[in-house]
Amino acid sequence: MNINFTLIAQAIAFAVLIWFTVKFVWPPLLKAIETRQKEIADGLAAAADGRNALEAAAKKSEVTLTEAKQKASEIIAQAEKRGTQIIEEAKGNAKVEGDRIVAGAKAEIEQEVNRAKEGLRAQVSTLAIAGAEKILRKEIDAKAHSELLAKLAAEL
Amino acid sequence: MATEHADMAQHAEHTLTPAGYIEHHLSFNAHPVAEGAGFWTLHVDTFVMSVVLGLIVMGLIWLVARKATSGVPSKGQAFVELVFGFIDDQVKNIFHGNRHSFIAPTALTVFLWVFAMNSMDFLPVDWVASIVSFFGGEHAKWRAVPTSDINTTFALALSVWILMIFFAIKVKGLGGWIHELFCAPFGSKIWVWPANFMFNLIEYVSKPLSHSLRLFGNMYAGEVIFLLLGLWAATGVTGTIAGAILGAGWSIFHILIVALQAFIFMMLTVVYLAMAHESH
Repeated sequence: MNINFTLIAQAIAFAVLIWFTVKFVWPPLLKAIETRQKEIADGLAAAADGRNALEAAAKKSEVTLTEAKQKASEIIAQAEKRGTQIIEEAKGNAKVEGDRIVAGAKAEIEQEVNRAKEGLRAQVSTLAIAGAEKILRKEIDAKAHSELLAKLAAEL
Repeated sequence: MATEHADMAQHAEHTLTPAGYIEHHLSFNAHPVAEGAGFWTLHVDTFVMSVVLGLIVMGLIWLVARKATSGVPSKGQAFVELVFGFIDDQVKNIFHGNRHSFIAPTALTVFLWVFAMNSMDFLPVDWVASIVSFFGGEHAKWRAVPTSDINTTFALALSVWILMIFFAIKVKGLGGWIHELFCAPFGSKIWVWPANFMFNLIEYVSKPLSHSLRLFGNMYAGEVIFLLLGLWAATGVTGTIAGAILGAGWSIFHILIVALQAFIFMMLTVVYLAMAHESH
């Protein structure tokens, strides 16, 4: 159990081994492990991001779907309303037009009646004269009674 | 274990005595590196074993680290990363600074190297002796466990001690460090300065001593127990069988000690270096 030069030799060997480990062994191992740890952490973070994105997308699609449904029902309601409106309008128009046609027809009919009356009025006097002439040919002078007959025709 | 080789290790004209057997196994393969020997002696067995083990352990881990990928790791890389993560977690819990630049790699080195050196205790002592006597003659000595040489444990503990003082001065400045020597832990009043200084002095002396002697004592005692069990083989067949069984049991228990002492040595290294970074 004697202390001797071996101590110094061993200390030098120790120093060399430490230097070797510090320089060549520890750094590559540390780098490999830290790189892997970072990769794993990144991977996990990416997975979490993906999950979040998926969730957000699902939520968004749901919102969009609800909105679309709402819009569709709105459009349908609007269309129905517009439809009834158009029908109402058409009905109104038809009625007005019908009334107008009826009124026109009535006016025309009245006109026709009046014209027929005028025509008849004009012919009645002639017919009356012709009838009376035939009846009175022998006794009555046409000239003497024409005034009377004209008065009669006007009264018709 | 393998105690039957006890005789083979020390056969021939030598009379085999228990004291001789143990002394042979506890002697270093010492070589003087300068004139006069004394301090200038190198334990070749300790040095060669520790350097070879250090090269093997750190070399293997370097081969893996060199090709480390951040993708799917190979089985070898997965194992190395397991060790890496274990050490890194321990250091992270104790030291709150930039551990990657020095302290964590140092902890890894200490743990693996000390573990490898401790593991040499599993080699049956007499197998080692046989192999060495085959190459170097029957009186060649070779101690396989570098951590049962106090020079190794002291070298490690003193290196840590120097690093500790280096970091303390680096973090607090020379003035801050000296201030702490006199003003912690009892306060900065001038009449407690001597008490503070004595306290710190004892702490600075006891740290490397307890650090190194704990490891040395465990490994040395483990080796001695293996030797005593090996000695039993000299008493005959019954002793050989009993020694083999107990040796196997002790080996199994020793797995725990080898791992535990390596872990404790590493933890103390980290704790001392972390403490050096803290200001009081």
